[in-house]
Amino acid sequence: MVLRGSREPGDRSWCPTATREMLESRARQSGWVRGFFADRGVLEVETPVLGQCGVTDVNIDSVQARALPVADQAVGSGWLQTSPEYHMKRLLASGSGSIFQVSRVFRNGERGARHNPEFSLLEWYRPGFDDRQLMAEVAELVCGWLGAPPPETLSYRDAMLRHAGVDPFTVSLSALRSTCLGIVGDEATAEGLSRDECLDLLMGVRVEPELGHRSPVFICHYPASQAALARTTLVDGHEVAHRFELYVKGVELCNGFWELTDPSEQRRRFEQDNARRLALGKPEMPVDERFLAALAAGLPDCSGVALGLDRLLMLKQGADDIRQVLAFPAELA
Amino acid sequence: MASYSTNEFRSGLKVLLDGDPCIILENEFVKPGKGQAFNRVKLRNLMTNRQWERTFKSGETLEAADVLDQDMEYLYTDGEFWHFMKTDGSFEQYPADAKAVGDTVKWLKEQDVYTVTLYNGAPLSVTPPNFVELEVVDTDPGMKGDTAQGGSKPATLSTGAVVQVPLFITIGEVLKVDTRTGDYVSRVKS
Repeated sequence: MVLRGSREPGDRSWCPTATREMLESRARQSGWVRGFFADRGVLEVETPVLGQCGVTDVNIDSVQARALPVADQAVGSGWLQTSPEYHMKRLLASGSGSIFQVSRVFRNGERGARHNPEFSLLEWYRPGFDDRQLMAEVAELVCGWLGAPPPETLSYRDAMLRHAGVDPFTVSLSALRSTCLGIVGDEATAEGLSRDECLDLLMGVRVEPELGHRSPVFICHYPASQAALARTTLVDGHEVAHRFELYVKGVELCNGFWELTDPSEQRRRFEQDNARRLALGKPEMPVDERFLAALAAGLPDCSGVALGLDRLLMLKQGADDIRQVLAFPAELA
Repeated sequence: MASYSTNEFRSGLKVLLDGDPCIILENEFVKPGKGQAFNRVKLRNLMTNRQWERTFKSGETLEAADVLDQDMEYLYTDGEFWHFMKTDGSFEQYPADAKAVGDTVKWLKEQDVYTVTLYNGAPLSVTPPNFVELEVVDTDPGMKGDTAQGGSKPATLSTGAVVQVPLFITIGEVLKVDTRTGDYVSRVKS
């Protein structure tokens, strides 16, 4: 048997997976994004990629990095950031005003046609904006760059009713599991799914592929259990999060919040996340005390959003695999 | 036994599912940004050849199936088993039953080399090379001058396989046949 090694003659694994034309389009996109924010007086910032804390998110795993401790730093190891959110909110609490950042972020184990564990994230914050105002700005940026018609807005509940046939707020767990059985293919797996896991599966498999084909679609009013760092409110008797996502041609492009500013509620969610992580056999994550201290000092009322630039480029260029827009995907990095 | 996590899944990987050895055909990663990640996987059950679609929560693992493809020379049949021998000089022999040999039986020629798929050390299936060369043992008499014209006739080969051949083919000739389609390719000059 011949082992396929990297030194096999004719091996082209050193080559980029993006064409020269794609690299040019990426460069134009970067310029366009910076121009968009320059026109609006939003300050570009840079914050650490290697931080002392990762995130507690149950479904987002940080990549751990070893580093020698520097003076006044208790621990040597750190975490590659999954988003610049905590650092940017510390800037906001210090009075930075509107800020944006284009950064490389890392999410462990995420690899697929639309996922690479390292990717480019555009994140921005607007003090004084609520979620509706920020959605309008996201629409200007995305539709302006893609030349797409103005987005529609659909609630999470209506999207689930329309495309998955379930009411996410009232459906029983057993009914959800039997709906999911048709997708997962075996009873033991379906019975092992939690309520949010069932909803995530239906969202990923039944709903997302149907969204944003005529025009981009905002999904808003997520269940409070999926609020992450958004504030929550009562709508039609159900507690929903002021969280939104934009879908274009079945592709999830961004996630935004009318930001939670209450430090004690934030701490409670971190602790809840860690309890769920432990129950799932995942490592507990250190809580970022400096971030909580910034909230305690006072995060201005603001909305913020994170948008995947690689996927934006995929949509601009009609690429169906993220490899086509990356110079080197993870396996060739 | 080793096991594979969903993030190691790729096409061609052999895993155990519900106790049967399976080969992964496709693996799709699905994850709403803040939500649970899933792997939607298409597999072929190597025992039944049936295709399966399953979805796993990312991070779950499947046991590796001890499935190995080996080049082996076909030796003989005793009527119940077809005997193969490794080509690595070890002279190790493996008996394959009718289920493992399947349709490949009609392409088996002594001393030719086949791919034998072993599961837990026993033959699970036998795959012929894409092309085999076999002698014609029976066909209608050849017609001279028909080389350019179309038209075909059945010919029985030494292994018992029946293939459609051009009219000019005669008994005793050796033919090259595509085992994937069962089509005649050419005559072999001897």
